[in-house]
Amino acid sequence: MKIQIDNLRFTYPTGLEALRGISLCIEAGEQVAIVGQNGAGKTTLVRHFNGLLQPTAGSVLIGDWDTKKYSVAKLASRVGYVFQNPDEQLFSKDVETEVKFGPRNLGHSKEKIDGLVKRALALTELSDKTETNPYDLSPTWRKMVALASVIAMDTPIVIFDEPTTGQDAVNVARIAHVIAELRREGKTVITITHDIDFCAENFERVIALSNGQVLLDGAAADVLGQEETLAQTYVDPPQLTRLGKRLGLKEIVRNQEEFLNAVARD
Amino acid sequence: MAFVNLQNVTYKYPLTKTPVLQNVNLQVNEGEFVAVVGPNGAGKSTLCYALAGFVPHFFKGEISGSIEVAGMESSKSTLDEWVLNVGLAFQNPFNQISGAKYTVFEEIAFGLENTGVPREEIRPRVEEAMKLTDISSLADRSPYSLSGGQQQRVALTSILVMQPRLLVLDEPTSQMDPIGTREVFGVVRRMAEGGMTVVMVEHKMEWIANFADRVVALKDGQILLEGKPNEVLTSDLLAENGFGLSRYTSTAREAKKRGLWKKDNLPVTLDEAVEGFS
Repeated sequence: MKIQIDNLRFTYPTGLEALRGISLCIEAGEQVAIVGQNGAGKTTLVRHFNGLLQPTAGSVLIGDWDTKKYSVAKLASRVGYVFQNPDEQLFSKDVETEVKFGPRNLGHSKEKIDGLVKRALALTELSDKTETNPYDLSPTWRKMVALASVIAMDTPIVIFDEPTTGQDAVNVARIAHVIAELRREGKTVITITHDIDFCAENFERVIALSNGQVLLDGAAADVLGQEETLAQTYVDPPQLTRLGKRLGLKEIVRNQEEFLNAVARD
Repeated sequence: MAFVNLQNVTYKYPLTKTPVLQNVNLQVNEGEFVAVVGPNGAGKSTLCYALAGFVPHFFKGEISGSIEVAGMESSKSTLDEWVLNVGLAFQNPFNQISGAKYTVFEEIAFGLENTGVPREEIRPRVEEAMKLTDISSLADRSPYSLSGGQQQRVALTSILVMQPRLLVLDEPTSQMDPIGTREVFGVVRRMAEGGMTVVMVEHKMEWIANFADRVVALKDGQILLEGKPNEVLTSDLLAENGFGLSRYTSTAREAKKRGLWKKDNLPVTLDEAVEGFS
């Protein structure tokens, strides 16, 4: 399902203009990372995709739905949104009830709900924690509950707001696996992240925002190699991209395989 | 005598079955910048709480061993005496921000007000601290209207402004943009050079190696390894125990297997990697 954003502007009630004319098209099944300085408007932008925020000017289309004409509840069938802080979205007494809440509200049959919940719990490795209260879990696992509760809604578009924050290497790999699985199922995945190495290794397209505008948008290798432009929005290229550049490698490398192949060739 | 001295510290929260810290011995000298690394659940935040006095004074539970900071013994002190020497920036800034103040400026002044700092001293100290962390432009905003990374800077500033002798930071850059992260490491380094003692929990190995004096690797509540950043962060023990590594380290490790990395030592920083691959 396509996302079409035309000349989107948004001003908070305080007068702060957070988005200053953004136009973008995200095709069905794309894997997109959004990067940029703190306060650049990343979260403000994605909160327009499920109607949590309404444009001050311009428009956001989710498929053929204009977000101005549909409620957040309606849009929830098309766009799933995992909050940056899991504590802002969890409220049930146990993990299974939490994960069931979303699909039940979308009005699916009992069989379908059970299947979706089971799959989401398996994907996030929570199958052995279904009866635990989410707040008795460590922040690491609470994050996975937040992921599961949105994945279970089976929406064509899934948004992750800084999924790897505070996660160790093992859990970052788990989250990368979840994203790869969603890609395989043909879902659109949009992720806000400051973890540029994670971004380089898991996303094909990167959008860099700066001061409420699009600074760069394109294939990951093209965007992440532009050190000087990225610095305008406080982003460094990935570690191996920086290393490749310092070593004078001919191409822009994004991950270990590309780097080692390039070194072996030179 | 070390400025921070933990002797055989074992600690269990009231409702947990097994100790979260087990026989932890840690000495930190005044003005030293120590980074603590470890997988989730290793006990890193609990170690921060122990240094900040929240363990056991706030969380209760069972503790043995001794915790000394600046010549004071934790078990013989109250939390309000302790906070005059030790400041902790929480992992989640949302849990730290008071909720009692309307602006960022007032939020940062909150600790100084509570410790009885004279009014005429508060304003210049808050202004100076905000300049240090580059948030002067946010002074009149509500703390709750900020982005995650901006909130994290406010939380850090509200501790820096107290000028604690021991600064404890629990993943202070987790929500910050990459260059902002590097700047915060730089600010913390400068504080240490000015004599502040720093213990910082972090996952960002490249910047730890560039800025910290020493690294402590924690796993299952125990110290697995400690030493110079390059030695600890390239150790096989870390790779085998689920610690995150710098991409320079993991890639050089793989390159070594393919005969593309010739040196004995593995890199953690960009400069070390450039040198080894050139």
